Amino acid sequence: MRKVFVQLNANFSLDGELTPQSFIWEDGTCYEIDRVYEHKMSASLKVGGHGMRYRCRVMEKDVFIFFEEGRWFMEAK
Amino acid sequence: MNRTILHIDLNNFYASVECLYRPELRDKPVAVCGSQDLRHGIVLAKNYIAKKYMITTGEAIWQAKQKCPNLIVVNPNYSLYLRFSRGAREIYSRYSNLIESFGIDEAWVDVSESTRLYGSGEIIANEIRETIKNELGVTVSVGVSFNKIFAKLGSDLRKPDATTVITMENYKEVVWELPVGDLLYVGRSTKKKLINVGIITIGDLAAVSPLFLRKLLGKWGDTLWIFANGMDDTEVTITDFQNVIKGIGNSMTTARDLVDNDDVKLTFYVLAEIIAERLRKHNFMGKTIQIYIRDNELSSFERQSKLQCPSYISGEIAGKAMDLFEKNWDWNKPIRSLGIRSTDLVTADSYMQLSLFEDQNKRLKLQALEQSIDVVRKRFGHYSVQRALLLKDKALNGNPIEENTIHPVSYFR
Repeated sequence: MRKVFVQLNANFSLDGELTPQSFIWEDGTCYEIDRVYEHKMSASLKVGGHGMRYRCRVMEKDVFIFFEEGRWFMEAK
Repeated sequence: MNRTILHIDLNNFYASVECLYRPELRDKPVAVCGSQDLRHGIVLAKNYIAKKYMITTGEAIWQAKQKCPNLIVVNPNYSLYLRFSRGAREIYSRYSNLIESFGIDEAWVDVSESTRLYGSGEIIANEIRETIKNELGVTVSVGVSFNKIFAKLGSDLRKPDATTVITMENYKEVVWELPVGDLLYVGRSTKKKLINVGIITIGDLAAVSPLFLRKLLGKWGDTLWIFANGMDDTEVTITDFQNVIKGIGNSMTTARDLVDNDDVKLTFYVLAEIIAERLRKHNFMGKTIQIYIRDNELSSFERQSKLQCPSYISGEIAGKAMDLFEKNWDWNKPIRSLGIRSTDLVTADSYMQLSLFEDQNKRLKLQALEQSIDVVRKRFGHYSVQRALLLKDKALNGNPIEENTIHPVSYFR
């Protein structure tokens, strides 16, 4: 598994709530995030990392997106 | 009321964090070591695979590599470890506000009041273990007991990722069987003294009369007897890893081993200048000077003494340190690292008792001189003004203020 950093677009609500909206994968494709189920602090044992983990629905699949020290990363095959 | 205290120990902390961040290292022997170029090349932490090769903390990289040729050596990343240490503390704070950090990787948490909300100490301990595993990706071992000393012993008993409960009912079987050296503050020399009189286990220590121990060890005898009998009632005091300033000190592992008084004098002046500068920066003067000496076999000791007047004058600090050194060192081994610390701090602009036997005007002049040097150094760099003494050996003349040092902390504060 690889750690892939992604460029992410997020929405900040009036009370400061952050919701990821879409991200740009390393090949340049932009993916919409259809739904965010939950977020919690978590470690990524698969690729090595630790931060706020968002469980999201993208292209009919559940994926994790991590926010670690100001950067976003995902777990790639 | 019976207290419920947890002692939580992050297992192989530095090595665990490194292995989390580099999955490819997880099934290999790994040691986190200081920088070899700066001669800080000793093992700071290792993972369980490296432990199997009998690699121990504090040994040099070459020694470790002799035991395990394919050992993977990684450099430490303190800011990352601090982030994890804070993360762990945040998790403890969900159960209690009484958290006392003991170094970067250990903490006591008093959960006496929380047991009504969350269940017994053991249940809380297991919950914390699970949460840390999920949220931080590292493991902890937890000791649960009715005092801090036994809680700490408990966390050492089973590792990694385990909970050990020591109760009023079972402590005699669990704790008293352990070798006396496992007890907090029974170090190398105390252990030797105790074993010489036939005290082998903690149970033996608990059984002798406190008067006998006091004769043998001084006032430490009383303290250790209380520890061994589970009567330690020290409270968990809320302290962070970064705490109120109680002393200012620096230590330095020098670029080469020190072999004579001149080397030591030079190093002390380097350290004293930095400490004096930091004291002035925080508007403090220190009354007590402590020195720390570690020889080339890594055994170390500290000595301290009071100054006539509180001071932030580097010359006075270095002079006192040299004084202490000459009284306490006989040069049977070369020195690997030295440290000075200034404690008993008072604010620099408060009133103080003047000495009849010192020229106060001269002291005022020296103070003004050092403050001017601070200004010059701030504008033109640390090496713009230096003592002639420090030019004698370029290798020893470092600037330790830029080094990241994590000091051991004391149980008594």
